[in-house]
Amino acid sequence: MPDAAVRLTGITKRFPGVVANRDVDLTIERGEVHALCGENGAGKSTLMKILYGMQRPDEGTVEIDGEQVVLRSPADAIARGIGMVHQHFKLADNLTVLENVILGAEPRRFGRIDFAAARAAIRDMSARYGLRVDPDSLVQPLGVGDRQRVEILKVLYRGAKVLILDEPTAVLVPQEVDELFANLRELRAEGLTVLFISHKLDEVLSVADAISVIRRGTTVATRLDPAEVTARRLAELMVGSELPTPELRESTVTDEVQLDVAGLTVRTPEGRAVVDDVSLRIRRGEIVGLAGVEGNGQGELIEALMGIRPAASGTIRYGGVDVTHWPTRRRREAGIAYIPEDRHRHGLVLEAPLWENRMLGHQTERPNARGPWIDRRGARRDTARIAAEYDVRTPGIDVPAGALSGGNQQKLIVGREMSGAPKLLVAAHPTRGIDVGAQAAIWDALRAARAAGLAVLLVSADLEELIGMSDTLHVILRGRLVAEVDPRSVTPEDLGSAMTGAVS
Amino acid sequence: MNAVKKLRLPHYLLIAAGLLVLLSLVRVVDGANDVTSSGTVEAMLRLAVPIFLAGLGGLWAERAGVINIGLEGMMILGTWTGAWAGYQWGPWIGVLAGIAGGALGGLLHAVATVSFGVDHIVSGVAINILGLGLTQFLAGLVFNVGHAKELGGGPRQSPPVDPITKISLPVLSGGGGTPDWLGSLEKHHWFLVSDLAGVLRGLTHQMSLLTLVALLLVPVSYFVLWRTPFGLRVRSCGEDPYAAESLGVRVYRMKYAAVLISGGLAGLAGAFLVTVAAPIYQDGQTAGRGFIGLAAMIFGNWRPGGLAAGSLLFGYTDAMNVRDGGQAVHALLLFVAVLLVAVAAWQAWRRSFLAAGLAAVAAVGLLVWFLDSDVVPGELVSFSPHLTTLLVLALASQRLRMPAADGLRYRRGEAR
Amino acid sequence: MSKKVPAWQAVLRGLGPRGMALRIGAPVLALLISLGITMVLLRVTGADPVSSVQAMVDYGTTPNSVVDILNRATRYYLSAVAVAIGFRMALLNIGVDGQYRLAALLAAALAGALSLPAPFGQILTIVAAMVVGGLWAAIAGVLKVTRGVSEVLSTIMLNSIATGLIAYLLNPKRLAEMRPGSNNIATPQVPSSGRVGALNGALSAIGIDLPGRLYGLLPVAIVVGIVFWVVVNYTRFGFDLKVSGLAPGAAEASGVSAKKMIVVTMVTSGAIAGLIGMPELLGASYEYSLNFPAGLGFTGITVALLGRNHPLGIAFAAVLFAFLDQTSDVLQEVEVPKEIVGVMQGVVVLTVVIVYELVRRFEIRREQRAVAGELATGHDLARAGKGR
Repeated sequence: MPDAAVRLTGITKRFPGVVANRDVDLTIERGEVHALCGENGAGKSTLMKILYGMQRPDEGTVEIDGEQVVLRSPADAIARGIGMVHQHFKLADNLTVLENVILGAEPRRFGRIDFAAARAAIRDMSARYGLRVDPDSLVQPLGVGDRQRVEILKVLYRGAKVLILDEPTAVLVPQEVDELFANLRELRAEGLTVLFISHKLDEVLSVADAISVIRRGTTVATRLDPAEVTARRLAELMVGSELPTPELRESTVTDEVQLDVAGLTVRTPEGRAVVDDVSLRIRRGEIVGLAGVEGNGQGELIEALMGIRPAASGTIRYGGVDVTHWPTRRRREAGIAYIPEDRHRHGLVLEAPLWENRMLGHQTERPNARGPWIDRRGARRDTARIAAEYDVRTPGIDVPAGALSGGNQQKLIVGREMSGAPKLLVAAHPTRGIDVGAQAAIWDALRAARAAGLAVLLVSADLEELIGMSDTLHVILRGRLVAEVDPRSVTPEDLGSAMTGAVS
Repeated sequence: MNAVKKLRLPHYLLIAAGLLVLLSLVRVVDGANDVTSSGTVEAMLRLAVPIFLAGLGGLWAERAGVINIGLEGMMILGTWTGAWAGYQWGPWIGVLAGIAGGALGGLLHAVATVSFGVDHIVSGVAINILGLGLTQFLAGLVFNVGHAKELGGGPRQSPPVDPITKISLPVLSGGGGTPDWLGSLEKHHWFLVSDLAGVLRGLTHQMSLLTLVALLLVPVSYFVLWRTPFGLRVRSCGEDPYAAESLGVRVYRMKYAAVLISGGLAGLAGAFLVTVAAPIYQDGQTAGRGFIGLAAMIFGNWRPGGLAAGSLLFGYTDAMNVRDGGQAVHALLLFVAVLLVAVAAWQAWRRSFLAAGLAAVAAVGLLVWFLDSDVVPGELVSFSPHLTTLLVLALASQRLRMPAADGLRYRRGEAR
Repeated sequence: MSKKVPAWQAVLRGLGPRGMALRIGAPVLALLISLGITMVLLRVTGADPVSSVQAMVDYGTTPNSVVDILNRATRYYLSAVAVAIGFRMALLNIGVDGQYRLAALLAAALAGALSLPAPFGQILTIVAAMVVGGLWAAIAGVLKVTRGVSEVLSTIMLNSIATGLIAYLLNPKRLAEMRPGSNNIATPQVPSSGRVGALNGALSAIGIDLPGRLYGLLPVAIVVGIVFWVVVNYTRFGFDLKVSGLAPGAAEASGVSAKKMIVVTMVTSGAIAGLIGMPELLGASYEYSLNFPAGLGFTGITVALLGRNHPLGIAFAAVLFAFLDQTSDVLQEVEVPKEIVGVMQGVVVLTVVIVYELVRRFEIRREQRAVAGELATGHDLARAGKGR
């Protein structure tokens, strides 16, 4: 029997205070697509970083092609034929595709970069694996699908025999996922080994030759045959129960319009319209979902609604009042709550204690402030309340927000934004990258608030979440609302088509 | 796609020609021959080189993602080490020592920012304080005793350093005892012709060999940064160090290399001051040129060519200051007023009336000043380079793009 | 800890003392390192380090020196607070130097021309200085928010411009007059009704007798420190300031207007900078001349860094720096150039920022470990709240 492409034995990795991986055993055979499943925070990414030389295991061994190796850096891993496509793309926007691909492995001629040879090599690979990209384009204008292809090219260019793909489908629409899977099958046909990390069970079942499951840092099942295992069984292995599903029960939509956006246009400093003539209404008790491939104006629309970006034209009426020119603080004081997309950069001050983070965005309101003075006692007491009500796992309110796990950080943000009886919630990717427990809790909170009459704008890349949690669903493409679909009848595939503009 | 049209070389040449005509005009109107005299241009070049070298140092560091506000301090170190070695073993050894001195400052900056993750600006400020303190201290210790003192050293200055050889173009600018055609042409003060002759002669007359080296560094830096694997890796560290890291690029090593080169170039700028500009070390002789170099780099959009253009602009205003240019600056008031009128017209055409109005008011103000006086007082001329820097930054900053990860803290393995 | 760790690594890995001890220990450690480097430098120059330092301490503790040190420290303190306000929101006001000198010159010219009854002249002078400082700093703030110009570069340029403007204005044809019998040029003397008397009288009333003249405006520095402390810790403005510095993105999302904060902070910083020259102007020199103390703005940056932007820390740092400057003259007697103080200050800043950064990293790691550890043992606020 030939040696396995990769064999991990007894891998353990500890971080300050947590054990990310405990005694992991994993075998990946040559020429297979192997899926590694596990929920957010289960330790998949750490394991892959170990295999890619970005982290060193505290215990255990890594074998590649039957040979035990010590990987000190990505360079070591690359030299052993291992390549990784990261979940967050690692591309320098202001370098060209070519420069991104050859970086660190540049073809040389007389001490300078041999651009002609590099270009030819990239064209050749593009053709062979059906990965279309222009090598001389800057990365900046590329969409997520193109970027992913560049990432795969980077790995192939280095002659990788084993490809690690970390959550590659998280930002893709179903059609792009299909295309990616076609690419993967082609790679497998060329004899490459693919390690595919995901928590989307249907995808795993459709593409993998073998499936392993990781839970709380350790492998609970290895090398399952996709033909013999069900999604339900995988879910049980992953989280010990069924996965929570996003769904709404009876409609709570009222007739009262809370937010009325008409003809809203937002421009970049250069004058390009990133939000283009958008009109939409959200009634009290209604969740309006906004579907779109990342970078199609969702972020800018939200920032315009929050007053962070100025509107070039159009009006925003909130509860019947024109708030188009209100500053952010006035909007928030009027009861617009906000869950930002990037909780680390926009939602929290990581170095500050929880109680100060509880004040963030509400620092002019009770119980956080009295007139120009901060009310420390009030803020602290209310932080304890949020921690209890929203199940924020923390030893106290004086620990810095950065010390909490992603799910607990997000629960704190949700709890904070639900305080003070908001009338409108603008939520961007509220459950991204957090564990299923926190996910379920946040969905519960949204449902409860909706029942109490909250109007919600929900932006998400998770199509299941959008379809399940929306009363109304809009599709945004290149800054324009191009379709309104019924979430009760639409399929993810139809939604994906609308998001990419494939059909009208 | 892009609303702003891209400017190419012919555009730049056209703009340069237009400005020369305008300069020539105000020279004739005001009778201020120093505006375009070869002496002024020579001084401009001499003063631009240290600014350029410091700016190039900033460019190298920032392309690798490290903001280097400590250029001034590294430059000061370069002046001291350059003079110290220069007066003993000749100017070229002084140049090497200057580079080494600056690189030492760069090493400190790299240790603080790259290894220890200290805020780049704070570390730079500290290096400026340290560079100044250290040289003042060492000057008192070394130049104020024994042989050095006999040669003319003191607590605030070094013994004189032999200047580096200067060359002139034969025939055109009088190199090697040949005729000086451009010089004689210039003396006639004809409209445009004499101006052109003055500019050309200034660029080819009595040029120091070190200036030539500095000029060569424009294409060399471009080639290394944009055409070699090393350059690509350095730039990748300034754009996205975590992407670079994931491809096996040794980010710390690249950053160290770039910051050391940065310090070396700043040291070279200092050495230039003590071997060409004023062949002696003097306390305070850098006069903030490190900072102006940084501004020139920003003006040049983090590119060597643009940086060179910015340095010449600042070198020119500095030349006014050095050559007691009250008269010439007076003529330049008119020059700037005309430019402002053009800006006002352009802004009005773009329907941005506030900007147009401001430009028009400023133009009228300058015009009144111009008509109401004969000469600009020396104290006001003294800060013309700094005022120009400020104005240029105010006008240019928004259109520029710095390296994406410039000034950000990088720690190995800390990517999300 | 299963493996034994060498001592130097223990410091780096942060296995040392915790909490409050760390907060005070860090600057002390930095100072000790700096002292060590200075000792080596002294040794290299041929002086005896121990006796040199001894000489400095002896000289620095004489009553005359104490008064001078306190006067210097007052100037450094105000300067450092001006810088620290900017630091709080990651705004580096290097222009404090130009701001205070321009403010002092114009205020001196005003005070020299005024003849108002006692408190009004002084108040007007001080307010004028604060306004001038604030306006000069506002240029940098406005340029940053409207044109995106880095405040670091603009304030450096504004310093040079201020220097030129002062040279222009400090001219017998304009705001100044020649002092007969010297090369000095100065603004007209402040009339005696516009001056602030020394503090010595008030102090001897409570039994402290000091020679020389202690700045009458020294209490102003104390008040500034207290106000700074209260504003930063107990007001919404202070909270917004802090958040803007730590996480500009989060600040904006929370409704803080970054532009407004930048301008307000720069103006406040400049206004405090305007105060720097006042104790000297109204309490000692009574004029702005070529001899007016210069370079205080840069010292302020150093002092603020060493003092960790904390009002009390800054006070200690200011006194320390004043002590170093005051006693550097003694070094001349042992053949050491007094400029070694500049080296000391540079070394102090660099060591301080590096040590602080290491301590900060250690604190973050320690807190993460502590949180995970406590959660693992079941100490959890969420559960406690539900009464489980």
